[in-house]
Amino acid sequence: MTQPNKTPTEKTPTELDDAQLNRFSRQILLSDIDYAGQLKLAQSHALVIGLGGLGSPAALYLAAAGLGQLTLVDFDQVDDSNLQRQIIHNEQRIGQNKAESAAHTLAQLNHFCQTHVISHQLENEALDALIQQVDIVLDCSDNFETRYALNQACLKARKPLVSGAAIRWEGQLTTYDFRHDDSPCYECLYKPGTSNDQSCSRNGVVSPLVGMVGSMQAMEAIKALIGLPTLVGKLLLIDGLTMQFRQFNLKQDPHCIQCQKK
Amino acid sequence: MILLINDKPNETNAANLAGLVAELNIEGAFALALNENFIPKNQYAETPITENDRIEIVAPMQGG
Ligand SMILES: [Zn+2]
Repeated sequence: MTQPNKTPTEKTPTELDDAQLNRFSRQILLSDIDYAGQLKLAQSHALVIGLGGLGSPAALYLAAAGLGQLTLVDFDQVDDSNLQRQIIHNEQRIGQNKAESAAHTLAQLNHFCQTHVISHQLENEALDALIQQVDIVLDCSDNFETRYALNQACLKARKPLVSGAAIRWEGQLTTYDFRHDDSPCYECLYKPGTSNDQSCSRNGVVSPLVGMVGSMQAMEAIKALIGLPTLVGKLLLIDGLTMQFRQFNLKQDPHCIQCQKK
Repeated sequence: MILLINDKPNETNAANLAGLVAELNIEGAFALALNENFIPKNQYAETPITENDRIEIVAPMQGG
């Protein structure tokens, strides 16, 4: 067996080497993925916004699954109370920046995956520039301001956005695929304005719930990158208490201010 | 008339979604699905409701 590349380069790979064929053999075995799909993942760059409860499993699975590049964005530090659910971090990382801590963990998981760390808050222009460089964005954030900003930036750049949220026992998941003109957007679903504080710090969250939703975000991202069907046009509601998973149809709102900008 | 709102039977006098939303007096942001289809807010007044319709009221979550 040949040695894997010790230093991944910025260049887009044009083929998978023997080490990658071995590492990702269980995925290449799937006819929907195959060699071409796995190569596509190796050529892909995902942006993970937030390395908390959702971003932890999402980034772990994307790296393990063979994504070529991941950019990790979080300006927060690891806190003891995060470790109950933010499984990419550990007790030694308390006080460390979350994006840095996550990159550390991913380096030990898959050296084929190149990570980029952004440990400060992104203003609109910087966010636009960053989204231009990636193939897909995962919204694993914990605040509405970021959710609306990512929606607008992805819509403008016509990049797919995998949106997940979780509190208490409940989760919401969908993919807005702005590569397609008829995709709805986050504002087609929720208009900005008066919102209740639906955050984990105030409402609480059961640990594996964020694992369920974050893992499904990675699943959606992989499918969107390979060209397999996603949840676009459907919002999935997850109830961890009753274990009910329900899908609701979500069409583009003809009066949506954001969609009209397209 | 009886509707199923978030899986619970509810009596209403409203004839359309706008009337129902006014009756329910929902606080904060929300999205509303009628029989598993989300309806944009500006279509509430022109969307009639009938006996046994399934209404789902979903609140946005910021948690992650
Ligand atoms: Zn829209």
